[in-house]
Amino acid sequence: MGLLSKKDSKLILDPLADNNPITIQVLGICSALAITAQLKASIVMSVSVLFVLGVGNVVISLIRNIIPSKIRIIVQLTVVAALVIIVDLVLKAFAYELSKELSVFVGLIITNCIIMGRFEAFALGNGPWRSFLDGIGNAAGYGFILILVGFFRELLGSGTLMGFKVLGDPIEKTGIYAFGYENNGFMLLSPMALIVVGLIIWVQRSKNKALIED
Amino acid sequence: MGMNTDTNKYTILFAIGMVIVVGSLLAFTASSLAPNIDVNKRLEKQQNILYAMGINENTSSSAKFVSTEKAPDLFKQYIVEQIIIQGGDISSSEDAYLIDVKKQQANSKAGIERKLPLFVGEKENEKFYIAPIRGKGLWDAIWAYVAMDENMVIQGAYFDHKGETPGLGANIKERFFMDDFIGEHLMENGNFKGITVSKSNADPKNVDKMDYEVDAIAGATITGDGVAAMIKSELKLYVPYFKSLKTKAYGTSL
Repeated sequence: MGLLSKKDSKLILDPLADNNPITIQVLGICSALAITAQLKASIVMSVSVLFVLGVGNVVISLIRNIIPSKIRIIVQLTVVAALVIIVDLVLKAFAYELSKELSVFVGLIITNCIIMGRFEAFALGNGPWRSFLDGIGNAAGYGFILILVGFFRELLGSGTLMGFKVLGDPIEKTGIYAFGYENNGFMLLSPMALIVVGLIIWVQRSKNKALIED
Repeated sequence: MGMNTDTNKYTILFAIGMVIVVGSLLAFTASSLAPNIDVNKRLEKQQNILYAMGINENTSSSAKFVSTEKAPDLFKQYIVEQIIIQGGDISSSEDAYLIDVKKQQANSKAGIERKLPLFVGEKENEKFYIAPIRGKGLWDAIWAYVAMDENMVIQGAYFDHKGETPGLGANIKERFFMDDFIGEHLMENGNFKGITVSKSNADPKNVDKMDYEVDAIAGATITGDGVAAMIKSELKLYVPYFKSLKTKAYGTSL
């Protein structure tokens, strides 16, 4: 990355793998379980969090010196809430059906621990540019896992990807269904998301032994 | 920074300033996006009404509306009349589908005669009467569009909700639940009876269409009861209109 210094690119790359908010810090699990039954919902959720965390981190960083420390958590909450409401309105205006599908979960971005966590831990003590990179990096790390989980859950649970029947038609028995393959309905339930996240954590830690805690 | 950000005065001023800035930003966003959101809501109502009368793109297992691009044309094509029933008055209006049922329910509580919208659809020479109804689920509002024939036998239904539990109460908008209503009778010997969402349904295959029962969803008792209560209290209001259809029909045949 010629554009960024080594320290800056670490801000983006670290949360993608070795310091991933979901698999290493185990934050933001609630939404990872709730909305990953379909790939499309996972992608929209990831983009929404990317926007909220990227912009939010910059805003908090810009006003970090004038925030009264006594009410700083409230100020952070207000910034997240305002950004989330904007995302919600934009979805309602331009992607209405999707916004109905995501329903309460867009609102729940406010309670996504990753966001408050990054505000408090990073944006309050760093400049806007670095905070922006940190926000983008963490949201990307979160989104990457969300999309990975969404991919497997939709593929194995419904036999579709983004709504397209990639494995054939289960009712008319075309594609691989002709050979007796069945969709696994269990993949669509939240417990299976937890198991998929667990498997990702397992794979990641067995590749990089340094991540294993005692 | 030479400023002391820890004094009470500064904290309060900051809070006030923040509220004003954030509040006006949100108000501005909301009002500038309102027209788009309105259009989406209109299209959704048209899709819902068309869905109830069987004009949809359902796949074998899941419910799917006609696309938003096609909805306005299909709505014009299939909905032949939109009626507003207010007390004994019956009038026709192109925008009856925009009537806010929630507002009308509040009016009725306040003693103002309620406007009841009813949409008359025609498909393959069959007439459908589609009523929008609204009630309470477990967490929040539930609503439905119910298509009936002139004997108040249900021809199709679309249920939706604001915040029922995903996987439980939220399943009222799944086909396995909605389709059970098709063919069910609402009237018994000229009296309105409604439909019970029953946990002890003796007819789980739903063959008997005159048992005034459909199968409940496991784990969604209160949502199901809400559906039954909504059907009983709301569709009942349309009974006088359907009875008047009958007398008119007899009048012409005599």
